[in-house]
Amino acid sequence: MQESAAPARQTRFDIGAAIRDPGFWGDNAALIGLLVIGAAFSLLTPYFLTWANISDLLVSASILVVLATAQQFAIVTAGIDLSIAANLPWAAVVFGLVYTGGYGMPAAIVASVVSGMLVGLLNGLIIAKLRVNDFIVTLGMLGVMNGVALIVSGGQSFSVNSHFLQALALGSIGPIRYFYLIAALIALAAHFIFANTAFGTHVLATGGNREAARNMGIPTDRMRIAVYAIDGALVGLAAILLVARTGGSDPSLQTSQLLSSIAAVVLGGSSLFGGRAAIIGTVAGALLLTTLLNGFTLLQVSEFYQPIAVGIVVIAAAILSRLQR
Amino acid sequence: MSGAASSVLEVRDLRKSFGAVEALRGAELVCPAGEVTALVGDNGAGKSTLIRCITGVHPADGGEIRFNGAKVSFTSPTEARALGIETLYQDLALVEDLTVWQNMYLNREIRRGIGPFRVLDRRRMIDETEAKLERLLVNMPPVRAKVRRLSGGQRQSIAIGRAASWGSALVIMDEPTAALGLRERTAVEALIGRLRGEHIAQLVISHDLEQVMRISDSVWVMRRGRTIAHWRTSEVDRTQIVAAIAGAGTA
Repeated sequence: MQESAAPARQTRFDIGAAIRDPGFWGDNAALIGLLVIGAAFSLLTPYFLTWANISDLLVSASILVVLATAQQFAIVTAGIDLSIAANLPWAAVVFGLVYTGGYGMPAAIVASVVSGMLVGLLNGLIIAKLRVNDFIVTLGMLGVMNGVALIVSGGQSFSVNSHFLQALALGSIGPIRYFYLIAALIALAAHFIFANTAFGTHVLATGGNREAARNMGIPTDRMRIAVYAIDGALVGLAAILLVARTGGSDPSLQTSQLLSSIAAVVLGGSSLFGGRAAIIGTVAGALLLTTLLNGFTLLQVSEFYQPIAVGIVVIAAAILSRLQR
Repeated sequence: MSGAASSVLEVRDLRKSFGAVEALRGAELVCPAGEVTALVGDNGAGKSTLIRCITGVHPADGGEIRFNGAKVSFTSPTEARALGIETLYQDLALVEDLTVWQNMYLNREIRRGIGPFRVLDRRRMIDETEAKLERLLVNMPPVRAKVRRLSGGQRQSIAIGRAASWGSALVIMDEPTAALGLRERTAVEALIGRLRGEHIAQLVISHDLEQVMRISDSVWVMRRGRTIAHWRTSEVDRTQIVAAIAGAGTA
């Protein structure tokens, strides 16, 4: 009935028009970059495009995907979470202590997620209720939780041995490793929240135009607190993956994971000014950063060059994102 | 002259102070259903404070607000909204990175499913946004487009469309055409004209007296926190309104 009445309504995706629209390139910078860099590495080395390598690559990207999804929640509200670098080892230490203390795996998992979430909750409460800038609060929390993790662990990393963690790190369903399956499910869940729930829409509105959201009756303070709590809980989940991957709890700062998580979100096309959630882009961003490192390793490029390349890609993506719609 | 029976909104002797500043010192206002009521006055005359007291942003200190005959005192805009009072804010309160339909249903989302698994019913919200806006607007912007991509006039009409479709009783507009060009202003005024036919009461704050003469049924003038004059628009001319705004002939 409607088709005949409204011929001009845009419903179908027009590839030709999309390619001519600079906004298309801006919105999909990470995916396009991933394809270009992937194609380049496939030409340069026959080892890149093998399932064994792709699977390894996905495993190495998994923790970053979860952390970038966590970071995405903060960035959507025009915030940022610098405390990830300390919250991650803090949750890992709590996980390790609870497990090695003999309380069992389920308790350790819950403890890790809850300890991560509490840090996020505290961030959110200070940011929303005491009206302190996100950057400053999470920077302060970075220092605090770094110290707390060092004190609680006695400054030592310790090994955590468990069949469950081994299975988590190495097991698979057919060719699909649990590790990235979990990361993919977390990212999908986040995408679903933003695309299909009222909560997600209210978070986007809070980030996009706080005054308008408030005028429409959305409790913007509560939204911001919730977002940081979710962010923290996801960091707690990432900590479990980290312990599974490295076989132990290490209290030292994870600065490179922090920087990569922000870079992945920016590469993915989310605005640092808030209001946009691009989970697929964020995942593509995380994969792009991991692919760069993977390809350089395969090509035996000195690791000293790797941060340079990553930095250039991030800046290039930021330039491309200026074309965004 | 009070129009008692069909009045959607009646404000009597409303008072509001912020510390030592008396923002309202006896404001009066009557908004009948199916009419456009214009509220005019200089900057600082108390128009915006009056609106904020009516919609529950600020509690009034004294006086009374009657809505459909019953005394009310809203403590939040959400309470006012629940009774069909919508406000079009000067900044439009639209979220640029959300689509037209998401803005239309912001904090009023239609969901399907049970308990924590309730998800947005996008199809229904898109269809109903189209239906609601098609009824009101001549140039329908695409409801799936992000507001960021729309022109100033389109944004304005969506914000008005939203206020009008939810404001079943009273739509309050603060300078609805201040930022618009001639063509877009004309479209907004036409929309206000159409809403009049829907038995909705409209309260319009405007500095543009030509516009007030064109669109309103009655004019209320505020000065220094008081309502100092009101007329049927057909029984007054611009010079009289200007004189009242400037305080000529009042103490």
